[in-house]
Amino acid sequence: MAIPLHYIARNVWARRLTTALTAGGLALVVFVFATMLMLDAGLKQTLVTTGERDNVVVIRKGAETEIQSAISRDQAAALEMHPAVALTTEGRPMASREAVVLISLTKTGYTTPSNVIIRGVSPLGVTMRPQIRLTEGRVFKPGSAEIIVGSSIAKGYGNVRIGDHIRFAQRDWTVVGHFDAGGSGFDSEIWGDIDQLMQSFRRTSYSSMVMRLSNADGFDKFRADIDVDPRLANEAKREQQFYSDQSKALSAFINILGLTLTTIFSVAAMIGAMITMYASVANRVGEIGTLRALGFQRNNVLMAFLIEAVLLGLVGGIAGLLCAALMQFASFSTTNFQTFADLSFRFLLTPGIILKTLLFSMAMGLIGGFLPALRASRLNIVDALRAR
Amino acid sequence: MYLPKLIARNAMRHKLRTTLTVLGLVIAVLAYGLLQTVVDAWYAGASAASNARLVTRNAISLTFALPLHYEYRIKGVDGVSQVARSNWFGGVYRDPKNFFAQFAVSDNYLDLYPEFIVKPEERADYQRDRRGALIGRQLADSYGFKVGDVIPIKGTIYPGTWDFVVRGIMEGRDESTITRQMIFHWDYLNETVRKKTARQADQVGVFVVGIDNPDNGAAISRAVDNVFKNSLAETLTETEQAFQLGFVAMSNQIIAAIRVVSYVVIVIVMAVMANAMAMSARERITEYATLKALGFGSGFLSLLVFGESMIISMVGGAIGMLLTPPAASFFKQAVGGVFPVFTVSQETMAMQAACAVVVGLAAAIVPAVQAARVRIVEGLRAIG
Amino acid sequence: MAEATSGTSVTTAAPLVSIRHLAKSYQRGAQTVPVLSDISLDIAEGDFIALMGPSGSGKSTLLNLIAGIDRPDSGELLVGGVDISELPEASLADWRAAHVGFIFQFYNLMPVLTAYENVELPLMLTRLGRAERRERVEMVLRMVNLGDRMDHYPSELSGGQQQRVAIARALITDPTLIVADEPTGDLDRTSATEILTMLQRLNADVGKTIIMVTHDAHAAEAAKSLVHLEKGELLQTERRQPGPRA
Repeated sequence: MAIPLHYIARNVWARRLTTALTAGGLALVVFVFATMLMLDAGLKQTLVTTGERDNVVVIRKGAETEIQSAISRDQAAALEMHPAVALTTEGRPMASREAVVLISLTKTGYTTPSNVIIRGVSPLGVTMRPQIRLTEGRVFKPGSAEIIVGSSIAKGYGNVRIGDHIRFAQRDWTVVGHFDAGGSGFDSEIWGDIDQLMQSFRRTSYSSMVMRLSNADGFDKFRADIDVDPRLANEAKREQQFYSDQSKALSAFINILGLTLTTIFSVAAMIGAMITMYASVANRVGEIGTLRALGFQRNNVLMAFLIEAVLLGLVGGIAGLLCAALMQFASFSTTNFQTFADLSFRFLLTPGIILKTLLFSMAMGLIGGFLPALRASRLNIVDALRAR
Repeated sequence: MYLPKLIARNAMRHKLRTTLTVLGLVIAVLAYGLLQTVVDAWYAGASAASNARLVTRNAISLTFALPLHYEYRIKGVDGVSQVARSNWFGGVYRDPKNFFAQFAVSDNYLDLYPEFIVKPEERADYQRDRRGALIGRQLADSYGFKVGDVIPIKGTIYPGTWDFVVRGIMEGRDESTITRQMIFHWDYLNETVRKKTARQADQVGVFVVGIDNPDNGAAISRAVDNVFKNSLAETLTETEQAFQLGFVAMSNQIIAAIRVVSYVVIVIVMAVMANAMAMSARERITEYATLKALGFGSGFLSLLVFGESMIISMVGGAIGMLLTPPAASFFKQAVGGVFPVFTVSQETMAMQAACAVVVGLAAAIVPAVQAARVRIVEGLRAIG
Repeated sequence: MAEATSGTSVTTAAPLVSIRHLAKSYQRGAQTVPVLSDISLDIAEGDFIALMGPSGSGKSTLLNLIAGIDRPDSGELLVGGVDISELPEASLADWRAAHVGFIFQFYNLMPVLTAYENVELPLMLTRLGRAERRERVEMVLRMVNLGDRMDHYPSELSGGQQQRVAIARALITDPTLIVADEPTGDLDRTSATEILTMLQRLNADVGKTIIMVTHDAHAAEAAKSLVHLEKGELLQTERRQPGPRA
């Protein structure tokens, strides 16, 4: 770099107001961009981490979500008997029969209710998901009207403290514990005993079955067997895959929305950068002429202004990123279109996002500053010197 | 007429900067307009709702059904004129991407929805055919469905592949009517379901309740719910609008975010424009000093600055507003069936204009004050 | 021995700058305005020449051509044996960096760099390391008596001091030629005298060849030779020794 970096940097600092305004505009775009990436990362983490690698979810063929699915008791029994299913130390199949229903609960601070998932699980259902940790209280006793509440529900809804009662299906259910599911989708659920829930909601069929295979590689055979069995109209998926598929639409929506918004905004911010850089060049025509007279090449001048523009972008990028980082303290919840249930997730800041964001902001500066830098490099020396 | 001429010429002095600024404004106003229209589109269902209709559903959540026999008891409540059944079918047409609403409805459904207009002979054909279906105009146009076509739908809630025969097209009474949907016979659904899984039979998703007097909506809703209090399936009855708003509320955080972001873009362009105006003002200090020396007052100078800023923002705003409706149509096509109604409201356009004005004023404040405050001697000495 | 339209410097050594039939004109819209017509001139090494003439005479243009920041339309321009009118642009930039030191009427210092950094600037085009650069900058700043103001910004220096920084910058690469365009144009009498004395010393003691454009007769008195131009033509050259400073 022939033209010294401190010359370039000090010029950015010398025009503080302009730099602040331009960088401010860039920072806002960066904020939207970064927040959108963080939202998507948070969503992915919530869903991808929902479930275990070794678990398999079985639902009715054709149903996309547990809400739409139904498995009869006979089918459930047949499924549990499959040789690929692991056994507990007592010799029972490691399977949880589950029923998923939605109830309406009102979030703190809102007037309209949201749909919350109540999941009835078999006694093994909790142990089959080691990611579930009890943070307060205890697990519900089988055969009782007790429920445990996921951390997002505990945070977002009013009367779900230990000892509180929620009324649904004409019964009062007592909250006996809170659990943390490591930021996965289960954090947005309430769990209770499968038989009690089925009875109260007058259901005769389960929504799904969750099973542990003794050998993870046995999945393909398991799936094939289930597929062709005429008694079962079911299909099997790995648990993590199942939950991740359920949010494809929401994830796609967030991505497209974010991408569209960011593109539009970035054009506006780049225009701002372009205006600023043109003015920067115009104000320093005399200096440019002097530098060229002293022997600096056109390319040196081009590089100097490109670097100035990139610095501008970097300043905006850091500012925007710092603001976006604050979003990590917020949580976001919305109804997943596919499952119809409320889903909470966080904004997740990863090193990858930091890198992408900074590159994006520097690129905005670079693109906005390119034409002005080109103009600077193309100045005629004599004209430039005369122009002061 | 001297001032406007001076303002206009000043704006054109720095053609590149002015063009870029106008461009920035166009983008911002356009983006704002589109985003607000997206928010409006979300409320489309609620806007199209009638207060002469109530919706009765299971109090636990929409995912629970109500027994068929509730229909007669609802009919018996004072003030109720008609009761229709509607089940969300939620099937897939060929590919999950081809999303559109399908409802299994009772025969009197259309009586409660006068905004759907069907030719009498088509309605008669539909009546006669058990497997008949009526397709809304928007849906028919999207997929090229014509009367006589057979549409295969793969059921998700009600398993199996279902074939329906298009017997007629539903036209919307006006632009706000959502015609991107399909209706078929509830009886057909019920009979078929009874054969496969008897337990799922005689279950109704929601009852649509027509009332005599729209003003009595709240009272009649309470009356209906009272009938079923403490029963196996308690009901929740509300106006159709409240029902639709409930759906909107499910995405309320996303909607709030979009609203906020639509104003963020205005702020971004405000910063860009304030910067541009400040630069121009700095470069013209000597001129402002000269004008003052000649006898023009501070007010005149401020007007010069405000005038230039307003011209730029109004031109940019106007172009942005002009581009919004075509951009909205394009967006609607591109996004497919997600937003059946996507029209730019007058309110949105008014807000666009207001934003352009605010941006023009805000960007000019500091430079206008600086220009007004220029001291003649210093200004003449300054190197521009 | 080079012939010319009017008196040339008499010297036995080959001239440092050799100009033959130089012409230059500018485009003003649709019109072509001639600025220099058929200039031929020799400048010996170690000379201190003042180019004089009324406004529009072409003196600054001639200086720009010799300094390599503009190109002639036709003619031959040899500096140190190199025909710089034939050099491609990138090479010309390198040539300037090595052979020319510039002094401008308005100093043309970078406002965001300190005196030290301004003087150091031309060295950024060389391969010298930081320590070597420091050595040279400090030496040259002492030569112009600004050793104690190295870290001041131009806005903190007087006109005379800024011009001294510019002279230091012009000297730092030990150039073949120093060109000065109205070096005293923006200075008061005392500072002007200071600067001119410094230029004389550089010429007499260090042997620098200086070409100065000026319309100030007082400034011209510092030079050893005078070249008069009018309307793009060389009128006369005078050779004389500078008189004592007032």
